[in-house]
Amino acid sequence: MSAYGVDKRHHTLTVLVENKPGVLARVAGLFSRRGYNIFSLAVAPTDNPRFSRITIVVDVESAPLDQIIKQLDKLIPVVSITELAPSAARERELLLVTVEVSPETRGQVIQLVGVFEGKIVDVGHDRLTVMLAGDPTKIDDFEDLLRSYGIVDLQRSGRVALPKLDRTDDRSRGATVLGFAKNPEKAG
Amino acid sequence: MDPKELTGAQALIKSLEMQQVEVMFGLPGGAILPVYDPIIDSSIRHILVRHEQGAGHMAEGYAQATGRPGVAIVTSGPGATNIVTPLADAYMDSIPLVVITGQVATSSIGSDAFQESDTTGITMGITKHNWLITEAKDIPRVVAEAFHVATTGRPGPVVIDMPKDVAQATMQWYWPEPSDLDLPGYHPVTVGDPELVRQAAELILAAERPVIYAGGGILKARASEALRELAERTGIPVVTTLMARGSFPDSHPLCLGMPGMHGNYTAVTAMQRSDLLIALGSRFDDRVTGRVGDFAPGAKIIHVDIDPAEHHKVRRADVAIVGDCRLVTDELLSALDGLGLPHSDACRSGSGGTPADAVPGAPAAPGTPAASFPRERLDPWRETLSQWQRRYPLVYDQTDAPGELKPQFVLETLRDATPDDTIVASGVGQHQMFASQWWKFDYPNTWINSGGLGTMGFAVPASIGAKVGRPNRMVWAVDGDGCFQMTAQELVTASSERIPVKIALLNNAYLGMVRQWQEMFYGERYSEVYLSPDLPDYVGWAESMGCVGIRVETPEEVGPAIDKANAVDDRPVVIDFRTDASEKVYPMVAAGDSNDNIMVDPAQSRGDG
Repeated sequence: MSAYGVDKRHHTLTVLVENKPGVLARVAGLFSRRGYNIFSLAVAPTDNPRFSRITIVVDVESAPLDQIIKQLDKLIPVVSITELAPSAARERELLLVTVEVSPETRGQVIQLVGVFEGKIVDVGHDRLTVMLAGDPTKIDDFEDLLRSYGIVDLQRSGRVALPKLDRTDDRSRGATVLGFAKNPEKAG
Repeated sequence: MDPKELTGAQALIKSLEMQQVEVMFGLPGGAILPVYDPIIDSSIRHILVRHEQGAGHMAEGYAQATGRPGVAIVTSGPGATNIVTPLADAYMDSIPLVVITGQVATSSIGSDAFQESDTTGITMGITKHNWLITEAKDIPRVVAEAFHVATTGRPGPVVIDMPKDVAQATMQWYWPEPSDLDLPGYHPVTVGDPELVRQAAELILAAERPVIYAGGGILKARASEALRELAERTGIPVVTTLMARGSFPDSHPLCLGMPGMHGNYTAVTAMQRSDLLIALGSRFDDRVTGRVGDFAPGAKIIHVDIDPAEHHKVRRADVAIVGDCRLVTDELLSALDGLGLPHSDACRSGSGGTPADAVPGAPAAPGTPAASFPRERLDPWRETLSQWQRRYPLVYDQTDAPGELKPQFVLETLRDATPDDTIVASGVGQHQMFASQWWKFDYPNTWINSGGLGTMGFAVPASIGAKVGRPNRMVWAVDGDGCFQMTAQELVTASSERIPVKIALLNNAYLGMVRQWQEMFYGERYSEVYLSPDLPDYVGWAESMGCVGIRVETPEEVGPAIDKANAVDDRPVVIDFRTDASEKVYPMVAAGDSNDNIMVDPAQSRGDG
């Protein structure tokens, strides 16, 4: 079973916020006090030092997506929100996992890493630490396959996402940008 | 010294002066000490409260009475936590407040220093926004941003947390231009989408049983005149929620009064039976809707709100318009013009006559949609409402029996003995509902209460703030004995500052609303609701606080006591009305029940088939 469950429940919001202290607490606090579930969350700077981007995967079963977006948009430091339906997003995630290996299984694990185009980043006597970046469902599959060998430690980064590109006119599509009109020139 | 060089404290006070602040309510302490020094030289009046909660509620009362932002100033730690309740209250009721809190020095933040609390963290969920200032040079910009955020869009409270070392540091004075404000994520929409406004106008012209559901947003947007024009030109009746009392005159023939849990039968049932609810600045609060699934089942919904998050939150709207209530209502009137709604100046007198007497306007051009909408098209609907009003008026029975002074009688007598533009502040509970039901509010911003949060103890400080903002108006607080005991110490503030508010204490010796629920829903098992009528001795207490204290025990004493209170204008007055503890607020919709199951006064339900 995938760690992410039924994926239709999850929508990805990429939220452009002011790069100021406490902004993550405001976003997290909003989700907690209104009872919205966060599935994963990743924060990183953007190419403009004034802004950061928070990528939030939300569980739309816990509250209507419309409400989540509008309440988020009310936070003063939130500049714009882009909503990506699962089918309209290019999503990536990073996995780091330490797995037990014996002389018999070491070769199998290395082979699996090769098939998934992962990378071995550390080697011990009876353990390997592996890195894999990719589509979250691919990461789910890899995690499932490794489980039988014995996972010692596992860390996933949470998703980041950008809208899929429309090849017909090379503009982003499938993404609903909210609050973008607020500040189009600064919303980089 | 460079004349433009100011301390952070001086810059803060000067920034408040630049915002035309005339008064602030506060109480000093360690971390805010530097800021209190320049207050001595400032044009801003400072009112020294006895508890920081009082400062917050006074600022709320001031804001609600004047429409201007209320300002409070307190110290760090306990000063800040004591004002958390008013912040939560103002957030629920969308009241513009700017609260300045002291904070320990930036070098001590996070070290559990004396009187340190994480004020921005604590108030994050109950403010529209808050700021922790870390550099003195930011002060003018942050103050300008704070007032802008508090007063625009959906108004609300904001906090500026001011560390002591920032107040002591120096900066080069400047005053920011609007373009200097650093709010890239804040651009409230005020003008309605014309296409949606047109759709709303068409729904209005097609409706047969429409009701305007006016909320607190009408007052925030100063939209009373626009609302009145909309109601009069369309002939659509208006309910005014607890937060909107006074936004449409109670004496107007189209006014149905308050809906909701303790609303009158006609207001509640008009919404239930309507085919179109025009929600203007209202938010489908659970106290209005009752069980949401059963609320106004046949009604289409037009929902105008400046906060888009209110749309579809509780009830799906057919037409949801983001915008300022006044601007959108004006747009709606233009759209109705465009669709041929006749002007009907003849029925703008606003008082006198029943809806059925209203004179129709000039006939519309044939062929336009509005040709079928002269005001008399709604005559059958208004006639139905009139029948309900005749069948189920608000009632009580003032008997001659001793110990049965009815709170409703007190309020009716008070209402009739005070000017029409008297400002009434109330606490929370039975007395609040009685006051909202029995007063006649004919002017905007004359009713000040704690609606969303339901904060007991609101009345006394809120009335003081209102009187400070409107010194030429008579201000009465209607309070309960339970509420009064929570914040009565602010009457010391009022006495020492010569703020002559008047308190009508409806003393029934109980936490009355809880008692009512225990009587009705807990089999008369009264748990922890008895307070005693004479402990404390309210008259003695009032006098010790520098007020005039009067005790009233019989109906005959009510009028003379009120006249005596009205004649006092140099100090506060408290009248201790000993009222009947068994009196309950009717009508009532039980919590979580359908509005269809409204319980009217037992005297009216007798004989119903």
